[in-house]
Amino acid sequence: MGRYVRRSFAILAAVALLSAALAQSTLRIGLAEDPDILDPALARTYVGRIVFASLCDKLFDIDTTAAVVPQLATGYTVSDDGLTVTIDIRQGVLFHDGTAMDAEAVKYSLDRAKNLPGSNRASELEQLESVTVVDEDTIELHLSTPFSPLIAQLADRAGMIVSPTAAEAAGEEFGNAPVCAGPFRFVERVAQDRIVLERFEDYWDADAISIDRVVFLPIPDSSVRLANLQSGDLQMIERPAPTDLAVMRADSNLVVPSVASLGYQGITINLSNPEPRTDPLSSDVRVREALELAIDRNTINDVVFGGEFIVGNQPVPPSSPWYVADMPVPERDVEGARALLDEAGVDRVPFEMMVANNPEAIRVGEVIQAMAGEVGFDITLRATEFATALDLQEQGQYAAFPVGWSGRIDPDGNIHQFHTCEGALNESGYCDPEVDKLLNEARAAGDTDERFELYRQALERYLPDRHIIYLYHTQLFFPHVAAVQGFQAYPDGLIRLQGVSLQ
Amino acid sequence: MLPYVGRRALTAIPTLFLVTVMVFGIQRSLPGDPALILAGEQQDPAVIAFIREKYRLDDPLPVQYVAWVAQLARGDLGRSLRTNERVLHLIAAKLPVTIELAVLSLLVGIAIALPLGILAAVRRGTAVDYGGTALALTGLSVPNFWLGIMLILFVSVRLGWLPASGYVPLSEGVWENVKRMIMPAFVLGTGLAAVLMRQMRSSMLGVLKQDFVRTAHAKGQRGASVVVRHAARNALIPVTTILGLQLGALLSGAVLTEQVFTIPGFGKLIVDAVFNRDYAVVQGVVLITATSYILINLLVDLAYAVLDPRIGAR
Repeated sequence: MGRYVRRSFAILAAVALLSAALAQSTLRIGLAEDPDILDPALARTYVGRIVFASLCDKLFDIDTTAAVVPQLATGYTVSDDGLTVTIDIRQGVLFHDGTAMDAEAVKYSLDRAKNLPGSNRASELEQLESVTVVDEDTIELHLSTPFSPLIAQLADRAGMIVSPTAAEAAGEEFGNAPVCAGPFRFVERVAQDRIVLERFEDYWDADAISIDRVVFLPIPDSSVRLANLQSGDLQMIERPAPTDLAVMRADSNLVVPSVASLGYQGITINLSNPEPRTDPLSSDVRVREALELAIDRNTINDVVFGGEFIVGNQPVPPSSPWYVADMPVPERDVEGARALLDEAGVDRVPFEMMVANNPEAIRVGEVIQAMAGEVGFDITLRATEFATALDLQEQGQYAAFPVGWSGRIDPDGNIHQFHTCEGALNESGYCDPEVDKLLNEARAAGDTDERFELYRQALERYLPDRHIIYLYHTQLFFPHVAAVQGFQAYPDGLIRLQGVSLQ
Repeated sequence: MLPYVGRRALTAIPTLFLVTVMVFGIQRSLPGDPALILAGEQQDPAVIAFIREKYRLDDPLPVQYVAWVAQLARGDLGRSLRTNERVLHLIAAKLPVTIELAVLSLLVGIAIALPLGILAAVRRGTAVDYGGTALALTGLSVPNFWLGIMLILFVSVRLGWLPASGYVPLSEGVWENVKRMIMPAFVLGTGLAAVLMRQMRSSMLGVLKQDFVRTAHAKGQRGASVVVRHAARNALIPVTTILGLQLGALLSGAVLTEQVFTIPGFGKLIVDAVFNRDYAVVQGVVLITATSYILINLLVDLAYAVLDPRIGAR
């Protein structure tokens, strides 16, 4: 009898423990892709940044208006010559392995981001010459030239602080089990299946976190991702198909917060990559202007995206403080476009447009093809698999390519590398030394008004050249079940779980 | 029997060699530079140069091939260009998933196909026969991914009976695992059943006409016993061939089903690797798939010898 009672108690205790374990709140988030390597220095995908937002805190972060706010830093000052940036480090912060996040660790992480072979952060920290530790919670960054976008860079992967102890121990394997100072710590990753994180009890801002466990599940098919949300297997998804928005909004169990992204979508036209091209589209700016006037941006938005996106004509969306309001989105003008083609002495302009081979990109291509056809452009669409398209673009084997940029917090990230002669992402082969000069000055200028003026002057020069015809800005949607409360969408498209709870 | 096994195993060697050449060649002939994909949106020239050097992408192709084969000889399949994980680990993690899916699909397929095939043959020309054939044709014609999405929408979203997608290892609960496998196994299994059922039916028809079946009937054995014990066993030989081929195809061909149901198996591994030009993973996975294909065919040949001892003696 005694044994029986003891056994019953043991079972009861086990059941109690089990239910306590089950009562833990687990948030399951469906991602559109499988993230790449989870090492802040080596990572390169947008979807990876979504995971990092829960895993690795940064020196700075942004708020919902994309303004930079302190995170692991508490503040910073810039010297008058703009060459020294002093950053105060938050005290009493621990890494997931229990070691202290101090000035030494910050120096280690910044040096690592700059010097690790193959680092994707090296170019972001190009102007950073050295880091010195002033005391336990202060560091100084020494720059080769004044560089205003630096703080914004430190609000992304370049500013993520990793545990030096763990990074040294793991070496090349660090990305397989990253150790940072974010609200959640790494538990496991099964490639193409899931990434599991659990709440870090010693997180410096622990009160803001009420979710116990986060599981990220890559589900590439948008209908399957949505089906999982509707069936309750997931609590949140990212990048739903815009065509599914009506269905989601009609579902009383779902909430669909959204925010305008920092990026843009446009048509990149090859002017001289690798050699100057002689066809009318590449060589005559009037023909490119005719192409722009032939396109009704609102039609693209309505037909392909159900009117959910935002039309635009500049590298930053109209909602951005960096948007130049006196250069508004042009209207479609068929007669004006035709007149320009006549002036250029061309009747029909045939050209091939490379489009990514996904249904949305192809539809955008078809809408452009139809509208431009009415004016005098004979566009052949070449649907091209993404990896191949990248290769062709790099080699300059394309005439026009509608392609986008995910966007950066500082306008420099959306502009400089696309419009300067040697810009790493200048796939158009565009080159105007005056634009280079203005954009370099804008980087160095410390004052916001002064920077705006320089960007405006540069825009007035490069926009009329139309080597990139900016078309629209995507809206980011984060559908979640109503039980998820307190979620706010951020313009960088990351999912931050501070203040989020599961009812 | 043993010399037969040896002979069959020896013929596998040149096949494997050809496989390595083809895997390597086809992969490299695809357009698209892995360094550009790996460099991500930022396209930093220094990063691209580093990746090219690290993975020897600038070496002449024969040099790259020899280096890869030398690496294989050491039992090293390399590391994923994308996530830096060891390819061998990736495969070891994915293989059991796909094998489980393949085995369950096979069971579903056999459970549907054999009884239906036998019944259709025995009741040839009746409603059962036509109904079975129509069902088989439907199974063959309906695309896997479409059936998969319809099942998700109906069974998971509408009825809420089963999880829509994903995978849970057996170690975390048999039912948790099985309930996620039901729909994918059904989708793959019905396609397989269609092939098997038609094969079983025609094979059975051939056997039922033979003398020994008539003799068995003449001896007064009951119909069911003749069909199951005499006819079906003989009819199974060509069906086994198809089954073997289909099992190989299942291992690599669960591609669409795994995509739809987001099952982290072999199919999904290879599709993602191809799109990312993750050379090491594609080469490793195709090599392992080809090897298992060869092994399965070997086992099928051996199974003939068991089903019909005359084959092994030849």
